[in-house]
Amino acid sequence: MKPAPFEYARPSDLGEACAMLAAGDDARLIAGGQSLVPLMAMRLARPKRLIDIARISELAFVRQEHECVVIGATTRQCVLECEGIVRTAVPLLAKVMPFIGHAAIRSRGTIGGSLANADPVAEIALVAVTLGATLLYRNGRVNAEIAASDFFVGPMMTALPTTACLTAVRFPVWRDARIGVGFQEVSARGGDFALAAAAAQVALDEDGICRRVALGVGAAARPLRLDAAGSALEGTHAEEAHVREVVHTALADIEPLSDLHASAEYRRRAAISLAVRAIADAYRAAAGTHAR
Amino acid sequence: MRVDLTVNGATHALEVEPRMSLLDCLRERLLLTGAHAGCEHGVCGACTVLLDGAPVRSCLMFAVQADGYDITTIEGLAPGPGELSPIQDAFCEAHGMQCGYCTPAMVLTAHALLVNNPAPTRAQIVDAVSANLCRCTGYAQIVEAIALAADRIRGLNQPERGR
Repeated sequence: MKPAPFEYARPSDLGEACAMLAAGDDARLIAGGQSLVPLMAMRLARPKRLIDIARISELAFVRQEHECVVIGATTRQCVLECEGIVRTAVPLLAKVMPFIGHAAIRSRGTIGGSLANADPVAEIALVAVTLGATLLYRNGRVNAEIAASDFFVGPMMTALPTTACLTAVRFPVWRDARIGVGFQEVSARGGDFALAAAAAQVALDEDGICRRVALGVGAAARPLRLDAAGSALEGTHAEEAHVREVVHTALADIEPLSDLHASAEYRRRAAISLAVRAIADAYRAAAGTHAR
Repeated sequence: MRVDLTVNGATHALEVEPRMSLLDCLRERLLLTGAHAGCEHGVCGACTVLLDGAPVRSCLMFAVQADGYDITTIEGLAPGPGELSPIQDAFCEAHGMQCGYCTPAMVLTAHALLVNNPAPTRAQIVDAVSANLCRCTGYAQIVEAIALAADRIRGLNQPERGR
């Protein structure tokens, strides 16, 4: 469990980090290291050079911009856990924070690191896809962006160019008066990666009718946003039988992962139940925001 | 590669290979063997130390990344030689251990919990120690020990012998 030898560099700003990455030489970025270092310890990853961006201050921030919240890539998960803007403006992200590993992981792990490592059932990736977030990156001297739904390609695989550095994530903020969120996952032990997970955000009108529904599940090779199911629930009260039917249809054609921990069929069944519960939680939470 | 580590209040200038984990550096170079090597990939928690007061896995950090932080290991927790911190004392009294392998990390995890939350619920204690694998105790007495320490630190239940 010892990593292969590597060189270590700590650039002082983003420009220098990108220049080092562009130089190639089998280099990889490290920030919190909570996903990369285990891979290195097991020698599944053997970078020749580690470029440490954890202390680049321009990459660690949380700010509100227009109708969005933008979070710098190296913002640590423990910071997001207690960040007021996240709680009020991106409640679904706040909701999943306690599910990421344990406190000792979140005190080093970063939002960008979780996204860039693209574990198929990682909580932050699921929220990014569910809410339709945008990922910002710099490749050499060029700034670019990509939709979260296009970013994740497969397990531990993303569309990020190998010479690019993820710089920030932009989450859309829902301005509806009555918003609720729900998150459900099943894992072997608390803090382990989930076998399946579901995230939902619901906005209700004055009469308790769903105005907007965003639903995503983690169970397949990458997080999936269930747009058809979301639209089918808009204009309804999200009655359980209807939700179950809609979710069942939406998940009929996905290809869940299968390994010795859980079969594909188990993951599908779990994802259906978790999605139904996540919607119910979100609906209940939104209904509770009504001025009584 | 040179790195300056501040551990338990003392700064050490060290020459290390970049791939040396903070855990191995603490154990092999500074002879602070209270941080234990378990799984060495971030799962078991036996290597937990405090970095600016927050619990971290020292096996998931390279020593060269750790300069400038205030690192606390189990050796730095007691107020003085031959003394115990209130949490260590409570672990002894409630017998919150069997083989002892997970114990230093459990104590540090509990320390970080109680600094931020002096009156944790049982569920919060359970959540905190779930980050650390213990294969002996079944956790019951560890949870009791942390609850006892929390009580004492809050001054609600001072030990009879007093201080």
